[in-house]
Amino acid sequence: MVDFLFYMFALTTLLGAGSVVLSRNPVNAAMLLIVSFVGTASLFIVLGAYFLAAVQLAVYAGAVIVLFLFIIMLLNVDASRKWKPSYFTMAGGLIAGILMVFAVLHLFKRGENFTTDTLSESAPIGTTTQSFGVELFTAYMLPFQLAGILLLIAMLGVIFISKRTSDKGKEAV
Amino acid sequence: MTIGLNEFLIVSGLLFTIGFVGLLIRRNTLILFMCLEIMLNGVNLALISFSRFNGTMDGNLLVFFIITVAAAEVAVGLAIIVALFRKRETVFVDELNSLKN
Repeated sequence: MVDFLFYMFALTTLLGAGSVVLSRNPVNAAMLLIVSFVGTASLFIVLGAYFLAAVQLAVYAGAVIVLFLFIIMLLNVDASRKWKPSYFTMAGGLIAGILMVFAVLHLFKRGENFTTDTLSESAPIGTTTQSFGVELFTAYMLPFQLAGILLLIAMLGVIFISKRTSDKGKEAV
Repeated sequence: MTIGLNEFLIVSGLLFTIGFVGLLIRRNTLILFMCLEIMLNGVNLALISFSRFNGTMDGNLLVFFIITVAAAEVAVGLAIIVALFRKRETVFVDELNSLKN
């Protein structure tokens, strides 16, 4: 059962990601990105990371996608422009992709470099929300506060960058 | 039940590869940003599976911070794209060539 679920979620994730790359319309790409993110969140649940699955859905599939859609709406990009990559770019991308696929399949061959435990054999770790809080407020206190400062700086930076300035250099809202 | 660490790592590696190839062949900055998110997702999946099979919480917490930083990065990046669009009226990277020559 878990096997079947894993393959289904993996297929959803990979197909969603592949269609994002190949889609012509940015709005379609954003919608397909949601499919990919939901697939990844499901894989997190298979791995027992329930809190991170919820965070993934809320932050990525919720906030980030809404931000993308708002920007696409604001920019009003002409969708009529065809996507025509040069043959050179296409060949480079394809060769790099094929090489990376072979590297991944070779590196992660079963029983070569990593543990051969299956998911049911490995002991589940306590990834509850409570253990997250305990870790964040003891061992990871400094990174946690730095993340807060980073978010504040990012917010200020976004406000500063996206503020419309008039020609005279005077700031107008 | 035959799913082990390797299967998860293969999926995460393929996810990273898809994002990487998209980053190489696409020209729309919005799609490039989405490909970046796909690559980050692949890395997150690898970290969580390592964390699970290693029996420690550290990978999970690293993913938590990665998601935080990625959210900030998306906000700043999209603001830059909007500013660029106001200035240059385009979002396609092959038309943003003023540093060329």
